[in-house]
Amino acid sequence: MILATLEPYAAIGVTILVVMLITAAILVLAHVIGPKRHGPVKDSPYESGMPLVVDTQRRFNVRFYIVALLFLLFDVEIIFLWPWAQVFHHAATDGVTIPLENGGEVGKGFLLVGMAIFLALLVFGLLYEWKKGAFRWD
Amino acid sequence: MVEFLTSQLGVSIILALVVIGVMLGSVAYCIFFERKIAGWVQDRFGPNRVGYRGILQSIADGGKLLLKEDVIPGHVDTPLFILAPAIIFLVAFVGFAAIPWGGQLQLGENLVDIQVAKPDIGLLYILGVASIGVYGVVLGGWSSNNKYSFYGGIRAAAQMLSYEIPLGLCILVVVLTMGTLRLESITLQQTEYWGGILPMWNVILHPLAFLVFLITALAESNRMPFDLPEAEQELVGGYHTEYSGLKFGMFLLAEYAHMITASGFIAVLFLGGWHFPWIAWTQPEATAWYAVIAKMLVLAGKITFFIFLMMWLRWTLPRLRFDQLLRLAWKGLIPITLGLFTLAVILVYVGRQQSLPWALLGNAVVLAIVLAAAGLSQVEVTGRQANLPSIRPGPVSTGTART
Repeated sequence: MILATLEPYAAIGVTILVVMLITAAILVLAHVIGPKRHGPVKDSPYESGMPLVVDTQRRFNVRFYIVALLFLLFDVEIIFLWPWAQVFHHAATDGVTIPLENGGEVGKGFLLVGMAIFLALLVFGLLYEWKKGAFRWD
Repeated sequence: MVEFLTSQLGVSIILALVVIGVMLGSVAYCIFFERKIAGWVQDRFGPNRVGYRGILQSIADGGKLLLKEDVIPGHVDTPLFILAPAIIFLVAFVGFAAIPWGGQLQLGENLVDIQVAKPDIGLLYILGVASIGVYGVVLGGWSSNNKYSFYGGIRAAAQMLSYEIPLGLCILVVVLTMGTLRLESITLQQTEYWGGILPMWNVILHPLAFLVFLITALAESNRMPFDLPEAEQELVGGYHTEYSGLKFGMFLLAEYAHMITASGFIAVLFLGGWHFPWIAWTQPEATAWYAVIAKMLVLAGKITFFIFLMMWLRWTLPRLRFDQLLRLAWKGLIPITLGLFTLAVILVYVGRQQSLPWALLGNAVVLAIVLAAAGLSQVEVTGRQANLPSIRPGPVSTGTART
């Protein structure tokens, strides 16, 4: 049963294996074939010829963090839209209904209202962040 | 043995190997074509020394990269430094597996799909694999321990994250219209006709979503005008500044592989994949071997067109500034795609998701709202905000020279 559901992925597995082999072969070949000469200057970071002042792994602009945070919020919300889109399409076109725990059934109208509330919250959040200046990078 | 080779699994595995080989070859030649197109745009020859009109240039490049020293500088985080090109290379070549290549083929008694993998969630698979690519870029930038690489890496992270949201919403428009996540079903649904003439391609139904998808696909594959992560003039080479030899070559190949995957994805989602209207060989009913070859050629033609478009844009448009880039994503594309998503929801609700006049009317309404909002709010999407003080310098004081 599990094997049957996994069958479409067999060829993907083959692809991943073959590409991994190619990647490993490239890395090993490049390491073996090329010459190896080291020197203090060659081993230092390339900073357009300027002498190195400070290490790289230190603080950077906080706005990059804000973008990452906003992405987390929005992407999680958009992942929620994927199954909904699938269900809603079939509810609206084929008249599929979703059974509830209390025995009732709901159709496309229920799904639409639910998504409208969710999307309104999403848009409200977007506008709030916009007003707060989270999208100002200049 | 013959039984296995003519079964779906055997065909899939053979096709997987063929696709990897074709991808490696075409990726190498994409670099050659990029340089040829650059020469054409800039009115010069481009590479024309190796072989007939430079046709062997890619092989010479590969040989040169192989013989170069594989420098691992002393200051880098070695395991991550080696892992980064491997991840990005792997991801770039694996994403292609879910693209339907040529419909179905009659092989003896079996009707097999010319597709490496046929998962229920083909769309999610490609999206998921594509988003792993950001790890390669960020790890490459971080482990290089170089300020240029580091800025390239975090720029890439911010850019790819920001553009993933409009990308996902654009695909949701297609999912709502089609009601499936299978790429082969999406292709099949686009092989019908409106009025018996006009093919039901999504690009005709949702032109705005197609445009936004094209922009985000450019940004996701770090192409001009969105190639901020590797902007040569600002960051030397961006995240691959410290890479040399074949490791650098892997970043380069992966970028072109990303372009091919993105083009294939656009072709399948919006341009009907292997379908070409009015020709019997490229209809879903045709399952003979010559029909499959014709379908593959049609898809390859569409992919080539988009790759050409991307290269053309690269040598035509100037690069955006980073704040302009992020503002375009958050203040431009995300509101537009939210509008397009709402439109698709309404169309599906009233049962008109395949109706051309309704869809075009809806697109026009969304476009009008966007233009009106942009005009009223006085926020320039790609420029400075109106309420900020001007940075224009005052009149230059000529003064008098000191004597």
